[in-house]
Amino acid sequence: MEFTRKILNLLERNATYCAKDISELLGEDEIKVAKEIARLRDEGVILGTKTLINWDKISPELTVATIELKVTPQKGEGFDKIAREIYAFPEVRSVTLMSGGYDLAVTVVGNSMKDVAMFVGEKLSTLDTVVSTATHFVLKNYKVDGVLYVEEPKDERVITL
Amino acid sequence: MKTAKEFHPIDFVNRQVRDIPPSGIRRFFDIAATMEDVISLGVGEPDFVTPWHIRSEAVKSLEKGRTYYTANAGLLELRREIAKYMEKTIHVSYHPEDEIVVTVGASEALDAALRALVEPGDEVLIPEPSFVCYKPCTVLAGGVPVPIETRAEDGFKLTPELLKSAITEKSKILVLPYPNNPTGGIMTEEDLSQIVPIIKENNLMVISDEIYSELTYTGKHVSIATFDGMRDRTVVINGFSKAFAMTGWRLGFACAHPDVLSAILKIHQYGIMSAPTFSQYAAIEALKHGRADVERMKEEYNIRRKFLVDSLNEMGMTCFNPYGAFYVFTSNKKFGMTSEDFCQSLLEEQRLAVVPGTAFGDSGEGFVRISYAYSQDNIKKALKRLEAFAKNH
Repeated sequence: MEFTRKILNLLERNATYCAKDISELLGEDEIKVAKEIARLRDEGVILGTKTLINWDKISPELTVATIELKVTPQKGEGFDKIAREIYAFPEVRSVTLMSGGYDLAVTVVGNSMKDVAMFVGEKLSTLDTVVSTATHFVLKNYKVDGVLYVEEPKDERVITL
Repeated sequence: MKTAKEFHPIDFVNRQVRDIPPSGIRRFFDIAATMEDVISLGVGEPDFVTPWHIRSEAVKSLEKGRTYYTANAGLLELRREIAKYMEKTIHVSYHPEDEIVVTVGASEALDAALRALVEPGDEVLIPEPSFVCYKPCTVLAGGVPVPIETRAEDGFKLTPELLKSAITEKSKILVLPYPNNPTGGIMTEEDLSQIVPIIKENNLMVISDEIYSELTYTGKHVSIATFDGMRDRTVVINGFSKAFAMTGWRLGFACAHPDVLSAILKIHQYGIMSAPTFSQYAAIEALKHGRADVERMKEEYNIRRKFLVDSLNEMGMTCFNPYGAFYVFTSNKKFGMTSEDFCQSLLEEQRLAVVPGTAFGDSGEGFVRISYAYSQDNIKKALKRLEAFAKNH
């Protein structure tokens, strides 16, 4: 389990690592590592790879919003049915069931605040079982999914010798 | 009555001190500090902040008003934790009561150990390239530093042949700085087993500076003190700076036979009194609960180590694969310049500062030290500049 976890931690940090890289970093046999990665892919533990893009630098007009949805869970279906309907929209980047003051946290991407607001108003709020929505717009990304989007703070270390 | 003459403060300065040359690193980076937009890969301390739970213990100790001196040798509770730590990591037992002293950094432990053991004229064998302090501290202790030039082809290890050829009748102490700054070299159990008999035959005492012991990337760190008959012949020095990212806290320790330890303690007592109290409380927390932090930081260094070595090799700058510490000692020979000239040109043309190998001893000629105590982003930026330099030369 430790072996698996270490491989996953490395791949999560850097999806370009190949089995050889990981075997060197962990001091493990390359074939053993390659087999484990293949297994993790087959079992859906490793879901895929994506490139992390700081869109602020290319399309500053792109707008991301987090919407807090309160829904009425359905008999026999719980929240799954409504989650399915929501994540089917291409504008929806993420759907997560949450504990606390609301039920579903939904991230939506649009070309402007108006775009996003219209989507929420016309497509999300109108779904059966959606009780209420509260939309929050992302103003600035500092750290997302473990990756820094801002410049690192100035290095204050001095040469002591 | 003394004849009146002109007053020059310099005339009062101990000649020995005057003759100690200024640090090569210091001089170079003082120049770099005057320039704009310099990327430096020269620092010798972790870029991690001390883990919060450790800082929190220090704050708590201050809130509780623990602002007095501790016992000269350090809080007994800390010495007990250190004893457990040594047992666990290098499998050597030390009595907390009379075989361990908590010092102001491993630096103080080193200085005090040299002063405790060296008499005027004693020769102190120092493998080079290595940390810049060993020579000056030996001189200040009244000893004669005898450099042993280790070689890249040996992985900068101290080989039995090199050791034998440096020993004279006046040899008394061997400094063993592994894992090594600046080379990243280590001494495995096999390597140490070959020099142990020579040390015993020639009746040497060893000062083993193991400050980078936690940063060993292949296999486990082995201390020479574990060998039969070597425990009483060795002063093991370690600390909290590198492993726990506690450089600014100034906390280290020495472990030795009671007769040697009590001498170190005397010097420590009269010169320092005791190490900072809140640092000691923080260190107890570090040893009790800091294991996961050490592993996390080490994994991070390891990722950067591989990245840096792979990138340098791709650039054709051959580099001895470092097995410990957080430095890469790479060869600048392909540029046909001395290390100093290379570093100077690199700084002037590309505003990239790395440390010339000669700062660590004459055998560092032809090499430069690049630290990877920096984020991967910083390392990437620096490598771009290095690549640009390589293209122009």
